[in-house]
Amino acid sequence: MSHLDRLRAVFRMALNLPPDADVDDLRYRAIPQWDSLAHMALVAAMEDEFSIMIDTDEMIDMSSFALAAELLEKHGVGAAAR
Amino acid sequence: MSVFTLAGPERDAALLPRLAALTERHREACPPYRRILDAIGSAPPYERVADLPWLPVRLFKTHELRSVPEDQVFRVLTSSGTTGQRPSRIYLDQEAAAAQTRMLAATVRAVLGERRLPMLIVDSRSVVRDPTLSARGAGVLGMMNFGRDHTFVLDEQGLVDAEAVTSFLRRHGGEPFLIFGFTYMVWLHLLGLGGDLSQAVLIHSGGWKRLAEQAVGNAEFRRRLAAECGLTRVHNFYGMVEQIGTVFLEGPDGDGLYCPDFADVVIRDPETWQEAADGVPGLIEVVSTLPTSYPGHVLLTEDMGVVRGVDDGSWPGKRFEVLGRLPRAEARGCSDTFGQG
Repeated sequence: MSHLDRLRAVFRMALNLPPDADVDDLRYRAIPQWDSLAHMALVAAMEDEFSIMIDTDEMIDMSSFALAAELLEKHGVGAAAR
Repeated sequence: MSVFTLAGPERDAALLPRLAALTERHREACPPYRRILDAIGSAPPYERVADLPWLPVRLFKTHELRSVPEDQVFRVLTSSGTTGQRPSRIYLDQEAAAAQTRMLAATVRAVLGERRLPMLIVDSRSVVRDPTLSARGAGVLGMMNFGRDHTFVLDEQGLVDAEAVTSFLRRHGGEPFLIFGFTYMVWLHLLGLGGDLSQAVLIHSGGWKRLAEQAVGNAEFRRRLAAECGLTRVHNFYGMVEQIGTVFLEGPDGDGLYCPDFADVVIRDPETWQEAADGVPGLIEVVSTLPTSYPGHVLLTEDMGVVRGVDDGSWPGKRFEVLGRLPRAEARGCSDTFGQG
């Protein structure tokens, strides 16, 4: 599975979304499921799935799926998967 | 980059133009605020931060004060409000919401660093689960951003979950970790814990009223935590929902609360409203550049405080102490000054 597919799965699980939910355009607080508590669960799930440590500022800035994907690249996850 | 860098005089010079610009922005965009300024005859130029017109903080309970159109409102925060009072309503647009989170992070970074630390919360998990979040829940949730492996000290019944704490300390007790709780809860539950908390940084808030009833002040609080838990990195903070994202943080030596660079306090004589001299108690006015979507940038609180010194402590600027609530009757007098706008 590509790292983006793994990230999609992490999003669906952490935000309690159905398995076929389209998450690519999701933005923080744009849906009720992605509130501040879910945001912390999401960040923790990403850290577990990709074995990375996300800083406070990175966590605050990660306000969309697209930015989460960028954050993975920054931590070298995308590069490692290619 | 620390947000505790500006000495007294340069802080006033840095804040004045930004706060004066906010005053004009809100005057333009928030009609009730404009009516208040008109009624008191407040107009620029303002020479000092202390010259800026202030709003009594309780106006946010009685008036809808926002400077952005309704469809731009991203979050509405409410205060707890004491019995029989309506809660404050604070309107944030996307920009103001993002700024408050970021600046709170920048402020606590001074004592926590960049990393999210393992976090012990002196409360029970249910406090953050309530969908109509209490002020206490919102406070806990806001601080949880700075932690990881969040562990609650109390179970759902409000009793100490010794097993959870022991297991947390086994995992993280040997590295820096964060403890957050409300002051009274910390006093009640942390002292008896019996664990080694010497690697912890404690951040606490929520007022001293219940501890004052037991004649416990900050010095005694810090002394007992150090003696019984080995906890020496202790930071109280003062802040309110009406100026969300701005916290006045106790310095490392426990010698007072310090203002981040984007904020300041003015202590006012409750009779004359003039700025009180350093060392003389008065009402605390809080100023901050963060409230861009509502006119909360200059607020007169109902708390008494005193400036203990300026540019003479661990960090630059004023260091002050909160002395407690102004008695109710006098507080009512203060909001009458502004009538009903």
